[in-house]
Amino acid sequence: MQLELHATLEDRRVAALAAAAIGLTLAEAAIPLPLPGVKPGLANIVTLVVLYRYGWRTAAWVAGLRIVAGALALGQFLTPAFVLSLSGGVASLLLLALMIRLPARWFGPIGLSVLAAFAHIAAQLLVVDAWLLPGASILGLLPLFLSAAWITGLVNGFAADHLLHTQESTP
Amino acid sequence: MSFPELARARPGDWLILFAGLTLAIGLWLRQADSLEGRVIVRLDGKVAIETSLRLNRQIEINGPLGVSRIEIRAGRVRVARDPSPRQLCVRQGWIAPGGAAICLPNRVSVENAAAGYDTLNY
Repeated sequence: MQLELHATLEDRRVAALAAAAIGLTLAEAAIPLPLPGVKPGLANIVTLVVLYRYGWRTAAWVAGLRIVAGALALGQFLTPAFVLSLSGGVASLLLLALMIRLPARWFGPIGLSVLAAFAHIAAQLLVVDAWLLPGASILGLLPLFLSAAWITGLVNGFAADHLLHTQESTP
Repeated sequence: MSFPELARARPGDWLILFAGLTLAIGLWLRQADSLEGRVIVRLDGKVAIETSLRLNRQIEINGPLGVSRIEIRAGRVRVARDPSPRQLCVRQGWIAPGGAAICLPNRVSVENAAAGYDTLNY
């Protein structure tokens, strides 16, 4: 018996984009970071570009695949790190689903990126506070994480905006 | 160096950036405030008095053996007098930042809850 998988154009596109996002996740894991929890989140550039170019559904697929496959590749699947990554991803995707409906004349990739970064870190801190370190004073780290999210959100937003304007061709 | 991306940023983006920055700075400032040194005096393990390390004052607290006197002066704190037989907490002298003096017989403890992080509360 032969099993045949028919990959549609959409499937191939999701796979290619998710591969790019996973590549960024792996590359990022090699960068030494000053503080556990603070990282650039470069894969979110891909999520943002996909959101603008192909819509929210594709972006959710790409982000979901990146989170699961990235965690598998890093040996973090179903560990606390994976749960944090998943909660941050879900929160930022939900927020992006709302934000993308706002008029494009008023809100661009940079604003969305910064807000998504905030949603990301907020969800992660909530999970840490509720599940991983209950009772520890996570609030004391809030300014630090929020500032980091602001900077990484801004930089990723710049990158996404740049890509959206320079690469009109689709993968 | 020029950033065409910045020129393309829309009003809402600026609003989000500005609001986010304000929030972050506000939280930093609030935290800087709350991290000022504190003195926490406990009786029977329960917080009896919490006060600032910056305010010079003497605190007297009644334990089961008698009165313990705690002295806060020039940003330092110590147990000045205590009825405990071995006087361990008094002889400890000024309490180091992050440290504590415990007058166990009198059930009084004084903590110098210093500003900043240590590895434990991180």
